[in-house]
Amino acid sequence: MPGFLESIRHAVGDTLFYWAVSPAIKILVLLFLFILPLITYLTYAERKVLGWMQVRRGPNRVGPWGLLQPIADVMKLLVKEDTTPSRAVKWAFILAPCLVVGPAFVIFSVIPIGPPAGELGKLSWFITDVNTGLLFIIALATIGVYGLIIGGWASNSKFSLMGGLRSAAQMISYEVPQGLALVGPLMLAGTLSLVGIVEAQKKAGWWYIVPQIVAFFIYLVAGVAETNRNPFDLPEAESELVAGFHTEYSGMRFALFFLGEYANMIVISAVATTLFLGGWLRPFPNVVALAVLDWVPGPIWFFLKMAIFLFAYIWFRGTFPRYRFDQLMDLGWKWMIPLALANIFLTGLVKLMLLGGSR
Amino acid sequence: MTAPFAQSFDDGLSDSLLHREEEMELNFGPQHPATHGVLRLKLKVDGERIIHCYPIIGYLHRGTEKLFELHPFFQNVPHTDRMDYVAAATNNLAYVGAVEKLVGLVVPPRARYIRTVLAELQRISSHLLWLATHAIDIGAMTPFFYCFRERELILDLFEQYCGARLTLNCMRPGGLPHDLPVGWTETCRAFVEAFPSKVDEYEGLLTENRIWKKRTIGVGVLDAETAIDYGVTGPMLRGSGVKWDLRKALPYEAYGAVEFEVPVGKNGDTYDRYLVRMEEMRQANRIIAQCLDKLPEGPIMAKRPRVMKAAKEAEVYHGIEGPKGEIGFYIVGDGTPNPYRCHVRPPSFINLQSLPELTKGQLIADLVALIGTTDIVLGEVDR
Repeated sequence: MPGFLESIRHAVGDTLFYWAVSPAIKILVLLFLFILPLITYLTYAERKVLGWMQVRRGPNRVGPWGLLQPIADVMKLLVKEDTTPSRAVKWAFILAPCLVVGPAFVIFSVIPIGPPAGELGKLSWFITDVNTGLLFIIALATIGVYGLIIGGWASNSKFSLMGGLRSAAQMISYEVPQGLALVGPLMLAGTLSLVGIVEAQKKAGWWYIVPQIVAFFIYLVAGVAETNRNPFDLPEAESELVAGFHTEYSGMRFALFFLGEYANMIVISAVATTLFLGGWLRPFPNVVALAVLDWVPGPIWFFLKMAIFLFAYIWFRGTFPRYRFDQLMDLGWKWMIPLALANIFLTGLVKLMLLGGSR
Repeated sequence: MTAPFAQSFDDGLSDSLLHREEEMELNFGPQHPATHGVLRLKLKVDGERIIHCYPIIGYLHRGTEKLFELHPFFQNVPHTDRMDYVAAATNNLAYVGAVEKLVGLVVPPRARYIRTVLAELQRISSHLLWLATHAIDIGAMTPFFYCFRERELILDLFEQYCGARLTLNCMRPGGLPHDLPVGWTETCRAFVEAFPSKVDEYEGLLTENRIWKKRTIGVGVLDAETAIDYGVTGPMLRGSGVKWDLRKALPYEAYGAVEFEVPVGKNGDTYDRYLVRMEEMRQANRIIAQCLDKLPEGPIMAKRPRVMKAAKEAEVYHGIEGPKGEIGFYIVGDGTPNPYRCHVRPPSFINLQSLPELTKGQLIADLVALIGTTDIVLGEVDR
């Protein structure tokens, strides 16, 4: 622990420090040094990677290699006029972007980007470890959809309304397989706490992607659908619905929707990393021969794994056309939900057979 | 005072349909990312399903046909550039062909071959633009950039030839304005050699892509009879399985001397039309290669009178196979250097007629795919 934190701890006492001061510091650090830079630079990464895939250069004018482009974008959006359509429902119109962004940020509080504190006097690498962590995440992730529906409805535009309706149908049908996919790792770990799940993977000696490969892919696909990304970007399909639910939004309110989308991408990637790729664990966590890998700190592993998912998101966007609405529903209800259920059944069966009913 | 014209649109629509509570009227365009210009579609939708689609055109009307009457024959070529502005060379070719028939000019063989090369390059570039926008309408972003990469090379070739990239004005009644510049054939040959592998690249992204197939197979089926009834031409018609290509049926320029296949589809859906156009790009490439090999020496301009005049009451129709279908010019002369009347048969306009038929009962998402597959250019629809 750095010296100045140590002195704060001495000044306020252990109780106050661990219950109030350290969470506050963590939230600030997480928000301003982790989430916001990650989101802004995710947009940069997306534009760069897409640029490479599409035989062009991507942003390269603002700063060296265009590195200041996201900052310029944010500045531009901040000073732009926030227009509200004359017939819009104003309070709902303002509420909608907040509903998208808020929950996405709150979810980060339970995501362990590194190991818990070993002993007193050390800080853990997460804000809190809730024993219902996974439920908490599912519950919060669901709130985001209200933002899209309300935004689409409040704009008083037909294209927005259709975008909102599409997103409602899409998110409801994909939350089911997504939730079901999470049951698999849950059964293996026997806990809802995210820290617990990672530690269970360490104990088991493998990442849960190995026994839960089906659940992993279902979660990944449903996650892409949840975040309205290509090939499931129907709610904002620009060639069909102009810009979907955020057609009428401008300035910072539009930026909040944008932020929400990228924050959700990061959330989905972080949850997938935690549940299926062993969170902060190094590859093969129990193979002693690879102990040298422990030299790389846990959070770095976490970022690397997350980066794989984020890259996949961008890669999808560079590759796939867009699904049609009814095909999307077909895929969700006719394929992914039965598959997820079968996966739960199999997981339970195998677990029962291996443990012989002795719990 | 309401314009009687606009009034009749509305009345015709509401009379023909029963109104239900669930129906919504949606104005798709004229400013909409997927309408490829200023097409306005008045849609009756039930949720996302289209009950009726009513194209409203005229937002880009410039009175081109009237303008033709105000200028001498040889000054009218630039007007044709601005109709189908992504395929200026084929428009030029159709117009100068009509004038040559009317006035009675014999084009020298070298000019014929060069014209064929230019027209086929234009076909490729027009199809590339179609593929780029069609793919991006369906949500695939990357083919757009790939297509523009190759289209750029073609535009460079045009620029080297005549100085312009889009509105080419690259043909004259009786021949060509310039001979090929030094080194042009080599640049063109390099393009021709590289191009087939690029088509493979686009096809690699789309042809076997499950989502692409799902979005296009069985969408907007146009059977052969309906297609003929609507007067649809070009890849739209051939996608429905009708083997009709003016380059084969009534060979003009150098098409009689080169070998190429006319691809046809089977089911007449969006996917078949996609395949037909992809194959057409390959065949066009083949034609260019053959023309470059056979390119004869000689003059590039026919012997023509100083002032071209048509005989009194002479009339002529000349149609060629443009990238989008049959582009034809019907010209009537009255003994003066100007055409008395010039009517255009624009493929986009006539293919657009089939859009309400294609979209019946489809979803809004299909609508953009179908606008893409009809491959319209509003400059030509409205003229």
